[in-house]
Amino acid sequence: MSSSIVFAILVTSLATYLSRFLGVISSEKIKETSKWFRWFNCLAYSTLAALIARSIIFPAGALSEADYSLRIIVVISSILIFYFTKRNLVYPTVFSAIILALLNGYFA
Amino acid sequence: MINSKYFFKGLSCIKKFDSPAIALGTCFIAIGSLLKNLGFNIQESIFSTLLTYALPGSLVMAESLLVGASLINIFLAVWLVNARLYPMTVSLMPLLMHKSQPRWKYYLSCHFIAVSAWLIMKNNYETVNKKNRIDFWIGIGTATWCVAIIGTVIGFLASDYLSKDMMIGLAIVNPVYFSCMMAGSMKNIQISMSIVLGAILGPLFFFISPEWSILYGGFIAGTFAFFIGELNVK
Repeated sequence: MSSSIVFAILVTSLATYLSRFLGVISSEKIKETSKWFRWFNCLAYSTLAALIARSIIFPAGALSEADYSLRIIVVISSILIFYFTKRNLVYPTVFSAIILALLNGYFA
Repeated sequence: MINSKYFFKGLSCIKKFDSPAIALGTCFIAIGSLLKNLGFNIQESIFSTLLTYALPGSLVMAESLLVGASLINIFLAVWLVNARLYPMTVSLMPLLMHKSQPRWKYYLSCHFIAVSAWLIMKNNYETVNKKNRIDFWIGIGTATWCVAIIGTVIGFLASDYLSKDMMIGLAIVNPVYFSCMMAGSMKNIQISMSIVLGAILGPLFFFISPEWSILYGGFIAGTFAFFIGELNVK
C-alpha cells in the first residue's frame, strides 16, 4: 500500500506540474498586450468558474453528503454577504462553514 | 538573486485581514483528514501537498486511490482536472516576464500557480513594477504554499476529532471563498462573461462528460466571452 501511495503522489504531482510547465513555455512567446493573452485570460477565468460551480453542484468528498439545496442556498447567501460587507472575504467564508455544519446536522 | 523587499511584500499578503489563508487553510485541513482516512501517514500527506499543491488534483487522487484506479488512470484524471492550470499560467506569467530575470525563477515558481495565489497576484500585480513582479509572486506563492502544508498537518492530526458535520462545513469554505473572489474579480465585460458562462456551462457539461466538463465548459465559455468582449471594445 505504502509504495503505491508514493507512486500515486508522484504521478499526481507530475500531471499537475505538466500544465504549469507548458504554461510557462507558452508564456515566453505571448505578450501581455496581445489578443492571445486576453483569450487565455478569459479561458482561465471561465475554467476556474466551471470548476468551482461544478464542485458546488457535483461535489466530491465530504460535501457530497450535504443536501444539494442546502449547498446552493449557503453559497448564494455567502455571495450576498460578500457584497453587503463591502467585499469582505472573512464574513462569508466563516458564515458558510458554520451555517452548513449546523443546517446539515439539523436536517440530517 | 531574489529581491527580499518584494519577496516579503508578497509573503505578507497572507497577513491581511481578508487573506486567503483562512479558506486555503480550511480546505487543506479537509484534505489532511481525508488523506489520513485513506491510510496515508503524515509524511505522505505532507509530501502530497508539497508536491502537488492543487486541491482538486489531490481530491481526484484520493478518490482514485479509493476505487483502486491504476497509475495511468490517476495521471489522466488529475491532468484533466488540473489542465485549467495551463490557461491560468499563460494568463499570469506574461505579466511577470522581464528580460533581467533568470528563467529558472519562472520554471520553479510556476509550481505556486493555484487558484488562491493566482487570484491574489491577478488583483495586485499592478502595485509592483514589472521587473520585481516575479519576486513578489515568489513571496505570495511561498506564503500560500506554507499555509497549505500547515493546513494538511492540522487536518491530519485533528482528523479523529472532526465530526461529519464539521467536515462538511469545512468543505464548503473553499468553493464559497473562490465564488466570492471570482465575484470580486468581475471588472470588465470579458471577465464577467467568462465567469458567469463558465459557472453555467461547467456543471451543464457534467451531464455529457464528467471528466471533460471543466475543459469543455471552460473553453466554450471563455472563447465566447472573448469574442463578445472584443466586439464590444471596438
